[in-house]
Amino acid sequence: MKDITARALNMAQVRGVTYADIRIVTRLTQRLAVKNGKVEALEQAETQGLGVRVIAGGAWGFAASSRLEAKEVERVVAQAVAIAKASALTRTKDVNLGAPISIKASYQTPIKIDPFTVSMAEKIGLLLKADAEMRRAKGVKVARGEMAFVRENKIFASTEGSLIDQEIVESGCGIAAIATHLESGEVQVRSFPNSVGRHQQTRGYEFIVEQKLAENAARVGEEAVALLTADPCPSYDATTVILDSSQVALQIHESCGHPIELDRVLGAEAAFAGTSFLTPEKLGNFRYGSEVVNITADATIPGGLGTFGYDDEGVPAQKTDIVKQGLFVGYLTSRETAQQLNLGKSNGTMRADGWNRIPLIRMTNVSLLPGAWDVNDLIADTDDGIWMETNRSWSIDDKRLNFQFGTEIGWEIKSGKKTRRLKNPTYTGITPQFWGACDAVGNEQAWVVWGTPNCGKGQPPQVAHTGHGAAPARFRNVRVGVIK
Amino acid sequence: MLGETKIQELVNQVLALSKADQTEVLFQGVDAALTRFANSHIHQNVAETNTEVRVRVVYGKKIGVASSNDLSPEALKRTVDTARAIAQLQREDPEFKSLPQPQPIQPAAAFVEATANFTAEQRAQVVSVLCRKAKDKGLVAAGAFTTAALETAVANSLGVFAYHPGTYADINTVMMTDAGSGYASFAHPDARQVNAEALAREAIDKALRARNPIALDAGDYTVLLEEYAVTDLLDFLNYLSFSALAVQEDHSFMKGKLGEQVMGDRVTIWDDGAAADTIALPFDYEGVPRQKVTFIENGIARGVVYDTATAEREGRQSTGHSLPAPNTAGPFAMHMALAPGCTPKSEMIKSVARGIWVTRFWYTRVVHPMRVLITGMTRDGTFLIENGEVTRPVRNFRFTTSYLDALNNVRAIGDTTKLFYDDWSGAARRVPALLVDGFKFTGVTQF
Repeated sequence: MKDITARALNMAQVRGVTYADIRIVTRLTQRLAVKNGKVEALEQAETQGLGVRVIAGGAWGFAASSRLEAKEVERVVAQAVAIAKASALTRTKDVNLGAPISIKASYQTPIKIDPFTVSMAEKIGLLLKADAEMRRAKGVKVARGEMAFVRENKIFASTEGSLIDQEIVESGCGIAAIATHLESGEVQVRSFPNSVGRHQQTRGYEFIVEQKLAENAARVGEEAVALLTADPCPSYDATTVILDSSQVALQIHESCGHPIELDRVLGAEAAFAGTSFLTPEKLGNFRYGSEVVNITADATIPGGLGTFGYDDEGVPAQKTDIVKQGLFVGYLTSRETAQQLNLGKSNGTMRADGWNRIPLIRMTNVSLLPGAWDVNDLIADTDDGIWMETNRSWSIDDKRLNFQFGTEIGWEIKSGKKTRRLKNPTYTGITPQFWGACDAVGNEQAWVVWGTPNCGKGQPPQVAHTGHGAAPARFRNVRVGVIK
Repeated sequence: MLGETKIQELVNQVLALSKADQTEVLFQGVDAALTRFANSHIHQNVAETNTEVRVRVVYGKKIGVASSNDLSPEALKRTVDTARAIAQLQREDPEFKSLPQPQPIQPAAAFVEATANFTAEQRAQVVSVLCRKAKDKGLVAAGAFTTAALETAVANSLGVFAYHPGTYADINTVMMTDAGSGYASFAHPDARQVNAEALAREAIDKALRARNPIALDAGDYTVLLEEYAVTDLLDFLNYLSFSALAVQEDHSFMKGKLGEQVMGDRVTIWDDGAAADTIALPFDYEGVPRQKVTFIENGIARGVVYDTATAEREGRQSTGHSLPAPNTAGPFAMHMALAPGCTPKSEMIKSVARGIWVTRFWYTRVVHPMRVLITGMTRDGTFLIENGEVTRPVRNFRFTTSYLDALNNVRAIGDTTKLFYDDWSGAARRVPALLVDGFKFTGVTQF
């Protein structure tokens, strides 16, 4: 493979580029899915290819191919250069990447059990056991479970002299029970450990074992059925909400993680994903949240789904402060955007969804740091409010201000105790007002690094795998229950 | 592009490698390029060549699937071996009967040589027009222009062989001032049909009108939904309601409603993968010809789409709406259309005493599947209509409303339709604008 990288970079230089990099990526994915006692999907997919990114005439070009052949490499390099020259037709100023970076290194996800060595039979057996447990609850219409495993090997090389190879391994799993009642038109779902299919980390099969799917399955089924007859979440113009850690993780993802992507802030996503309310003049002087809100982007957290050795520009993984005691202090940056805002070096967040996509600024592990509260104390300290758990729907405007989330289940809190179960809970708000009303964050014991394996961005579309450390957190004066 | 002959050789090679009782090979090839612009210049400009084979093998009632984009003889053998090894570990699927038998497939003309050969320079020239027009008016342009050639082929050991080459061009732009934005998009199999001047005109006009919006209270409004917004209604009906799997699993409102009035009597919705006015793909990913399926006819529920698995469950034939194996999502309509009416948008506006003109929706998500209750935002051009005239821009709304209710409250349907292509799902949609009463806005944002 290193012959290919050297050849591609050499050919790019011969064609007059001022910068080029090449990534050769091989990704192996295994997916298992069961539903109602039946194995619905057993699949293994391999994809490999190379992507060449160049700057020529002061502008970007990128071309990619699945064929790792000498002649094809030549064609791809020529195509990337031709595309860059076409880009230059509308250039307003030359791309500036800042100081050159030359790193020779390797990185490998530390794992205990290679998930690809664990038999399919064991994996299927675990999923089917959980499936059967969920269906023990009368009224469960659909029980489903899934696992996913990824091994990505990638080589990055640049004309600045970098040569980095990495192996990233991910393991993920989840179960869900769906209960329906046709006459009332009610459909309720409970998921574990998280919704949207699964929870995932950069770890080996030991992660799957730790999730205890089968041990939690009966409760998941029972809660789905119980929700059919639960009271609907009441509507309040302003009440207290405690979000469980997985919902806090998604709240961070949507209302902090995306608006701090500097490419987005500078307009690169304006026609698709949108822009950001966190405009450059706010850096260092905008109150994003209350004093208890501390957020970092940390690509070095062991097991985080946004953990790696080097980003796809060859910049080392880093930890960056984003919000400190409520004050907005940092963006996610690339080499180019860091120069555009005179921020010095990139903080290493450029990630590509495989060989055929360019790297974009993506969340690494964007996390709300633990606070001081034991979760039981947090509930006991709340006179009147609603506990909301496990995301069911999420939506936010294109500057990341107005959001509305729904969760699978809610619990009314009265006089410091969880009381009745509530169905269809939703809450809505404006980002800085919401985080400004956060008055308590759970402690380290309740802190989980959730994995979000479905973050969409870019054109052509890319899916990123991001991590979010979070503990349950309390928010005051929240509008709840817009469903009539 | 490999062409039909080479692809047929390739899939035959894979079929010959398999010793399974039944084997299916899905080939998908793409040559795509996308020119993306922001701040009135091209900032991302990419091209991709990829080919993939996906092999489904059946041993008795055990099924395994493997795929690879390495087409070397060794990799093809490895893929077949992997699929076989997976099948041997699989449990029996008692519902499985057979892969599909061959059926006649009517070819659909959907390949345009000029689109397949469209160059980066040609795309840049189109984008240059948009950027220049924006600058002339003091606006900032952003957007993306895709041109792509696709090849799809399905073969199985029962004699199915289906091949389809297709192309599409898809362009969108957002034009922005400091205080508002406007949108326009266009999709067509032929990239030469892109009219940059017209797109710029539409988006710029919206952006200039959208400056300095006022905040209106949330509440129930009559809305003029432009085609950009209406396409979202079809997407969610497809996802939540119009698949046989959703009906079989009791989470579609169509369950038990066939033959009943479920929407306004002017509403007719169908799916037709071979239609001349879509981005056609005349067979599904099992090689079954796509039938025209009418979901709603004059408001009456008529049918849903099936793949082989959901069809066999009811003892009927697939309608040709399978996704690639292994498919846990159920059948999927890829060429939906909503029938046009007879009312121009200008006439719709004249008929509204007080309402909202919505250009498009953003970040729409399901709140309640059975009610098709959706939340989302308006974006890139939202205006107040008063006494039959568009009077001023308004801040974007959050809505939480039932799309089913919306289609029950249709007051008028546009007299023209617009084609859309979604490169996330590969689905095409053709829809008119709608005038809808009682649309529920539940919040307002700050711009």
